[in-house]
Amino acid sequence: MKTADREFTTISGVPVEPVYAPGDFQNPAPGEFPYTRGIHRDMYRGKLWTMRQFSGFATPEETNLRYHYLLAQGQTGLSVAFDLPTLMGYDADHALSEGEVGKCGAPISSLEDMEILFRGIPLGDVSVSMTINSPASVLWAMYLAVAEQQNVPWARLSGTLQNDILKEYIAQKEYIYPPRASMRLVTDTIEFGALHTPKFNPVSISGYHIREAGSTAVQELAFTLRDGIEYVDWALERGLAIDDFAPRLSFFFNAHSDFFEEIAKYRAARKIWAHVMRERYGAQSERSLKLRFHAQTAGCSLTWQQPYNNVVRTALQAMAAVLGGAQSLHTNSLDEAYALPGEHAVTIALRTQQVLAYESGVTNVADPLGGSYFLEKLTLDSESAANDYIRRIDEMGGMIAAIEAGFPQTEIASASYRYQREIESGARTIVGVNRFQSAVFQSDAEPIELLHVDEAGGRRQTAKLAALRARRDNGNVQKTLDALRRAAEGTQNTMPLLLDAVRAYATLGEICDALRGVFGTYRETPHI
Amino acid sequence: MAKPGLDGHDRGAKVIARALRDAGMEVIYTGLRQTPEMIVNAALQEDVQVIGLSILSGAHNAIVPRVLELLRAKEMTDVMVIVGGIVPDEDAAALKRQGVAAVFQPGASLDAIVTFIKGAVPA
Repeated sequence: MKTADREFTTISGVPVEPVYAPGDFQNPAPGEFPYTRGIHRDMYRGKLWTMRQFSGFATPEETNLRYHYLLAQGQTGLSVAFDLPTLMGYDADHALSEGEVGKCGAPISSLEDMEILFRGIPLGDVSVSMTINSPASVLWAMYLAVAEQQNVPWARLSGTLQNDILKEYIAQKEYIYPPRASMRLVTDTIEFGALHTPKFNPVSISGYHIREAGSTAVQELAFTLRDGIEYVDWALERGLAIDDFAPRLSFFFNAHSDFFEEIAKYRAARKIWAHVMRERYGAQSERSLKLRFHAQTAGCSLTWQQPYNNVVRTALQAMAAVLGGAQSLHTNSLDEAYALPGEHAVTIALRTQQVLAYESGVTNVADPLGGSYFLEKLTLDSESAANDYIRRIDEMGGMIAAIEAGFPQTEIASASYRYQREIESGARTIVGVNRFQSAVFQSDAEPIELLHVDEAGGRRQTAKLAALRARRDNGNVQKTLDALRRAAEGTQNTMPLLLDAVRAYATLGEICDALRGVFGTYRETPHI
Repeated sequence: MAKPGLDGHDRGAKVIARALRDAGMEVIYTGLRQTPEMIVNAALQEDVQVIGLSILSGAHNAIVPRVLELLRAKEMTDVMVIVGGIVPDEDAAALKRQGVAAVFQPGASLDAIVTFIKGAVPA
């Protein structure tokens, strides 16, 4: 196709000019409202982003070893990946857990597993992020209980709970209960956190999964921020003051392949959120206005074919996140189209961040690409397009209403289909997949020693659960579950009751079943 | 097109369902969190010719044989089973030996899937 005939767009389909001219792109300095250029004056000169590799597999014991390894290799924060049974509120020995235990993350069925997970890790000194949603408050209670055992005051704990249920209905689909009951549980954690864990982020409002499901960059940006607005509304409805909880709302964005589009997205995110906080909610505290985010390089961009190319993809995506001012970063491993990260592969991924941080020089300057005509135009356009979506969702009655109408899900499904068609037709090149294939490296099935998770972990977890149920005070467990049920039926904050239950070694499944009994379960209407 | 087990990653299943519809096939998407029993029952009720199983969770070795077993038990062995998702080569080979007609790994083209089904199933 002739250059003149081809349409040049970002990976999201936004048309791009051949060259950009100087324009009127005035932005306040980094650290100044609306923080388009960054939330701190000195950005990475003051403090590097946290290097936080998402990790978990097979058993709590093996995951704990990987955590020690990663910390020894220089990562600066932990990020817990739970397996599907845990994510869905099932114990490892539940019928639906068969074949799934430890395959996508660490199985945590009780406080005992959480104790093992953090063995030898001082929670007062190491920041911990936990990727958990529907049963987030239960796992958080377990984490808080382990901190107690370590004699670490909750006020000292640093970390993040993903706990963003809205994006589950939109994209990741790990929901248990219906939306309003789930929002109540999230609000319980925000309220509890405001009182007890001032250094802990009770939610990580996420766009990563929305993007992985196939959305455009603008959809990722808009749906994430509008989810944030929904959480703020519920917290205010609960009676919390905006500046009491907004400083601890954190965000999580994808770091996808189109370099400038991603950087523009992060800058637009900060700008939009600062204005929302100030103008929509009247927030006074600067900390309420500053959007802080974790980024993860795009899992969906990794290829099965020629997996070593993924190291390059991850490096470029990581650089976009850093140039975009991320506070925390996970870099994917080259083997993740095949399996969970092997040790060698995750080390390369961590080294990617370290090379960026210590060798590239981009950390010496805040918002070093600020002033790029292309970047500034893209930032403005992203802001405008995202605000359009936010307005539309407002008009629908908010995000829950939009979800019930299938709006974000349909937008995502259309975008992902369009993208796949571009690849099919060859309009969009994926190196090694639809162009530059290589018969020799076509299926590098063992590029580096792949991590294999077998059924042994599942059997081990099952045995552990049987032993746990035999030795604990089952009368006490029942009491705590009854009290939890009563609280859930009423309006009491469920966190204290969850803490009692986990301390009694009630299992995740037992606790979630108690809540299922009260709230019911959710079944989605699929939108293709 | 079914999503068995706990896996909630439905981007691929939905894109393929749409591509198959665009290619003129009648497609029923079961939605998420289907057990093998639910899938086979739906296939029986809808009188399908093909069952597509989308699994990215690593649970394929537990789930797929169960589906095949149920199809045999219900004398539905004329129903073709194809699998898509994260399935290593050795596992793919094993699944094919057990009766799975094809395993589509990451990067498989929509065209290849459509062509395969059209070639294998009488119109």
